[in-house]
Amino acid sequence: MLLLVLKRILLGFITLFIVSLITFSGVEVLPGDACTTYLEREAYGAALEACYERLGLNTPAYERYISWAAGVLQGDFGYSLSGEMRINDVLGPRVKNSMVLASASILIGIPIALLLGIITALWRDKLPDIIISTITIFSMTIPEFISATLLILIVAIWLEWLPGIVIVPTGASISELLPNIILPVIAISMIMTAHMARMVRSSVIQVMASDYVQMAILKGVPYWTMVFKHVLPNALLPAINVVALTIAWLLGGVVVTEVVFNYPGLGRLVIESISNRDLPVVQALAIILASIYVSINLIADLMTLMLNPRLKSLQIKK
Amino acid sequence: MDSAVQTINNLTIGFKSQKGKQISILKNISTTIKKGETVGIVGESGSGKSTLALAMMGYVKHGLYTISGECLFHSNNLLEMKNKDLENIRGRKIAMIPQNAGQSLTPNLKIGYQIDEALKLHTDLKKEERDKKISELLNKVRLPSPEIMAQRYPHELSGGQQQRVAVAMALAGNPELLLLDEPTTGLDVTTQAHVLELLNFIAKDTGTSMVYVSHDLGAIAQVSDRVIVMYSGEIVLDGPVRSILKNPIHPYTFGLLKSIPKLTSPGLPDSMSGSQPQPGTIKTGCSFYERCNLAEDKCKNNSPTLEYIDDLNTSVRCFKYKELINVKETNLDSVKSINNDVLQNEILDISKVSISYAKQKFIDQLLNKIDDSNPTVQDINININKGETLALVGESGSGKSTILKSIAGLLKTKDGMIKFDKDKVLSNDLKMRDPGFLRAIQLIFQNPDESLNPNHTVEEIVSQPLRLYFGLKGDELKQKIIEVLEKVRLGEFYLTRYPRQLSGGEKQRVAVARAFAAKPDIILCDEVTSALDVSVQAAVLNLLQELKEDFGTTYIFVSHDLAVVRAISDRVAVLYQGRLCEIGPSKNVYQLPSHPYTEVLLGAVLEPDPDVKPKLVAEDIVEEKPPEQGCSFQGRCPRILGDICKNEVPPWQIGENGNSIRCHIKVEDLKKQQNIN
Amino acid sequence: MTLEKEQKKNNLQKVYEVIKTMASKPSGLIGLSILLFHVILAITSPLYVPYDYKAIDPSLMLQAPSSEYWFGTDSLGRDVFTRTILGGRTALTVTFFGSLIALLWGGALGIFCGLVGGKIDDVVMRIIDAFLSIPWILAMLLIVSLLGTTTLVLIPALGFFYGKGIVRVARAATHDVIAKDFIVSARARGHSNLSIIWNEILPNVRDAIMVEGAMRWSWMLLGFSSLSFLGFGVSPPTPDWGLMISNARGLMSFAYWAVLAPIFGLSSLIIGINLTADAFAKALGIDRSTKAPV
Repeated sequence: MLLLVLKRILLGFITLFIVSLITFSGVEVLPGDACTTYLEREAYGAALEACYERLGLNTPAYERYISWAAGVLQGDFGYSLSGEMRINDVLGPRVKNSMVLASASILIGIPIALLLGIITALWRDKLPDIIISTITIFSMTIPEFISATLLILIVAIWLEWLPGIVIVPTGASISELLPNIILPVIAISMIMTAHMARMVRSSVIQVMASDYVQMAILKGVPYWTMVFKHVLPNALLPAINVVALTIAWLLGGVVVTEVVFNYPGLGRLVIESISNRDLPVVQALAIILASIYVSINLIADLMTLMLNPRLKSLQIKK
Repeated sequence: MDSAVQTINNLTIGFKSQKGKQISILKNISTTIKKGETVGIVGESGSGKSTLALAMMGYVKHGLYTISGECLFHSNNLLEMKNKDLENIRGRKIAMIPQNAGQSLTPNLKIGYQIDEALKLHTDLKKEERDKKISELLNKVRLPSPEIMAQRYPHELSGGQQQRVAVAMALAGNPELLLLDEPTTGLDVTTQAHVLELLNFIAKDTGTSMVYVSHDLGAIAQVSDRVIVMYSGEIVLDGPVRSILKNPIHPYTFGLLKSIPKLTSPGLPDSMSGSQPQPGTIKTGCSFYERCNLAEDKCKNNSPTLEYIDDLNTSVRCFKYKELINVKETNLDSVKSINNDVLQNEILDISKVSISYAKQKFIDQLLNKIDDSNPTVQDINININKGETLALVGESGSGKSTILKSIAGLLKTKDGMIKFDKDKVLSNDLKMRDPGFLRAIQLIFQNPDESLNPNHTVEEIVSQPLRLYFGLKGDELKQKIIEVLEKVRLGEFYLTRYPRQLSGGEKQRVAVARAFAAKPDIILCDEVTSALDVSVQAAVLNLLQELKEDFGTTYIFVSHDLAVVRAISDRVAVLYQGRLCEIGPSKNVYQLPSHPYTEVLLGAVLEPDPDVKPKLVAEDIVEEKPPEQGCSFQGRCPRILGDICKNEVPPWQIGENGNSIRCHIKVEDLKKQQNIN
Repeated sequence: MTLEKEQKKNNLQKVYEVIKTMASKPSGLIGLSILLFHVILAITSPLYVPYDYKAIDPSLMLQAPSSEYWFGTDSLGRDVFTRTILGGRTALTVTFFGSLIALLWGGALGIFCGLVGGKIDDVVMRIIDAFLSIPWILAMLLIVSLLGTTTLVLIPALGFFYGKGIVRVARAATHDVIAKDFIVSARARGHSNLSIIWNEILPNVRDAIMVEGAMRWSWMLLGFSSLSFLGFGVSPPTPDWGLMISNARGLMSFAYWAVLAPIFGLSSLIIGINLTADAFAKALGIDRSTKAPV
């Protein structure tokens, strides 16, 4: 059991290592380097030399990778090109802001998704299922920027219920952020919730058709006891991993939504750093987003391990 | 009728086809289950027997619905009852023991919890009383150390143990009626015999009525007082077990009994033509008309009704049953004994073969540690002569299929050598084998659903070996395919069919055709009849025998079914945990004295005869690994001598009848012990 | 008729049957019609658009919908109707060919990994996992910003990024198939690896891969229009829904029509593709709702 956990954690680190290699070599392989892309037309002579000097681009690639990776391991991403600021200072508050947005979406999305998924499965092919399933199909296909734009148009402009654009500074506290994130959270969680609801639905339907659920019915187990004791634990276990993948996928949507709402999170930083060709920041963002992805999947893996009786019994035997 | 527990009146259950047509799965079923009676319901897959069993609990599967009729428990119609009321009957008054207990126990709940749940629902016992009761129940179904068992999850038990748990759970509510849906199918031969014996004991002990649903007449014969035979959704015969199994007066039952291979009358049984019609295809007339030997014009257009015959206490659905009333029981055994031209010419020589299945663990690989002291299959020596049929027999885990795979080159042997045609060594590596040898050895698999590519037509399937080995093309290829299909009695119109459009028997014929298309010298048959219905099994066995006689092919026939093996093989090798126990001519191996394991296996065979009871010699423990040293059967041997069996590999002895037995016990002693018992 | 011809006929018949099954349910029929409508529109629209999509006329700025300008005009005075019916052309072309590329390389690598197994498979899957963990938007933005926004960059880049998920599906499907006895049977007969892949494996994993490809198509459209929206897709003045929404968004409190028209165009196409993919999966008997959108 412990070995399994360690193995998963090790695999997570290997994945991150490969990610760092990919981003690092990706930047190396693509035409131009940090200095030429940053300086653009002025990339010649003394200015270029100075830039190389400053970034240490004169040393061989592997040496740079090692020193960069060593920094990252200690939580230091180095300096950005544009502001010559420490990347850590730039990222810190924005990571927090984005986490607030993402966690709020997850916290609201998962329970709704579970509820909708279970309802649609239990009332399969009946009216509640048909209505909810139709809605989920629509809400999972519409891109975030469209639902965000529509939300702003309807709720903020026409109805004037909520502010359409987030106007808080990057360093705002959570209590300052909260009223502003209602619309972004709705926009982000729509796709995710729809996806998860569909997955939960099909997982529950699958379990409902199993021999052991039929057996529970034939044993005289009351309907809701059967649902809670025999169906849900077995249906939700395999759904955990898929839910984790959906959450990880949501990160891309967060970026777009943040731009639409002018939210001071990682999303805008992504666009800004890419527009400014600030490659060190881009690398840092890649690593951070990848680590979030890896940790979410790791948590899901560990949860599955803990909850699965097949693996639990391994523990007992040892 | 005295004290009927359940009465079914004119029950018809069906579904709506995609075109909106109503198709019946059960047609006009009427019968009564009396108190204390055990009724066996027998039929092939698709006969509607499981649907009937579920209807007896007021349960109709998603997609099916009741068209007409009623299912009365005492006097309440279960099919119209509210869910709330059904919850009070299910598990308390009527309980079900399912076919596959492994899949019918909820995987996330402990055994103890699942039994406790039934107790909580259906009794008024307090917590401590219930805990005691759980132990009692587990004891009753003869599970070792009940307290520990209760703490286990379903997947931690063996198939036989899971089935026992299902029995204990069903008994928790003290039901008046117990429904058993194929409760022993899928279990090993010896386990099956033990579970049946337990069920018989429980029937006597508790006095509940039982309905035992099965395709296996052998199992039905052991437990039932009365037998109902179903065909194509109808009851065709209903009467006391002895009269049904010894003098069946319906032509289907008659043919079915004739088509079962039996140990008491060895040889190939008569086969029945065709297969059971799909639901919805028969509109008028008797549903058995197509396959019936006695059929006449009347049967084609008129449906017979279920007629009660007073002096036989039997109901039958046939116009011509009178022709069968006086047929004597002995006529059932019209078997054709096989007579192969075996040349004293060795075609395959398996010498000292060991095969290791265990994958090396990563850490072991690093440390270069190879654990091969205890391979899955060890020390196999068998010579096979040209034209012979050699059978490998054993329960699951005996390594019989593993040996077949290594002959085919699909698994590498760890030690030893396989020689073809006297002196040609077969390479261990499939890629290194001479194409001629590959052609010479062909395989037929257990389940044609898996062995035929679902995306290929029959024509494409049979064309594969013809193109590969003989480079045939165009019209010549087509001609040859038609020729090969004719050999397995499939007409030209099968060419464009996909496997899903064929019945089980037809699919297996295609697989046989594909193997024979290569003109092989040896065909390896891996449980080729296990997935087939009884009436179809005999036809496939007969076909294989005919083809063999035509082409002089050698068969290596793997099966767990001792009766089938007895019917088709010249020689038998008995395997336990990957080690040979006994080998010799079939008729000799099937006679005592024999290896204690052979004795256990033979004792557990269920004959479709209520007067032949199985002999349970050994415990049905499941061993996961062969023992490190000594005799492979030491763990379960009823005649174990002592330390010698645990420490030394037993020697080969020549038995009384010319069979070789690998045992420490002297043949004379075996003879004495086995005759006394 | 020879075997080869019959196979071709069977394949055609299968395609016909699949489409028939898809159209037999209302949702499939709606999806197919929407998709067909958009494809026809994309091919023929340049022939009959009422105005020049790039003609700027400040005097016509932000006109409300009228009989002359059905969907009104945008902030540069361009006809929104013209731009909307032209706005799907790039998106459809890029994502269609992108999905095709994703399908081909993802399918091929997936089958390969499923087949060889062992260490090679482990290593490839690790790398695929690593790519999966980099958010697609970051990677796409980086590539596009460095290599430019021409279709020749977008198609292979999108194709590459959306093919990763197909690798997993193809690999899993191959794993399922190679355990089956008909593959064992073909191996025992001594068929070459290539012939086993072509004759035995491909026909059985084809459906799963194609369904996955259809599904990717709608994701890719979503991704592509998000890129355009962020200003990293097609370059102006080419009409594109994502870009149009982005440009008109700032003024939507005055001119909502300039936003709603492209939103309607894009949403209907994505829904059309999605419903089609769904019906396609159902017609082939594959449940796609259990899959994560990766």
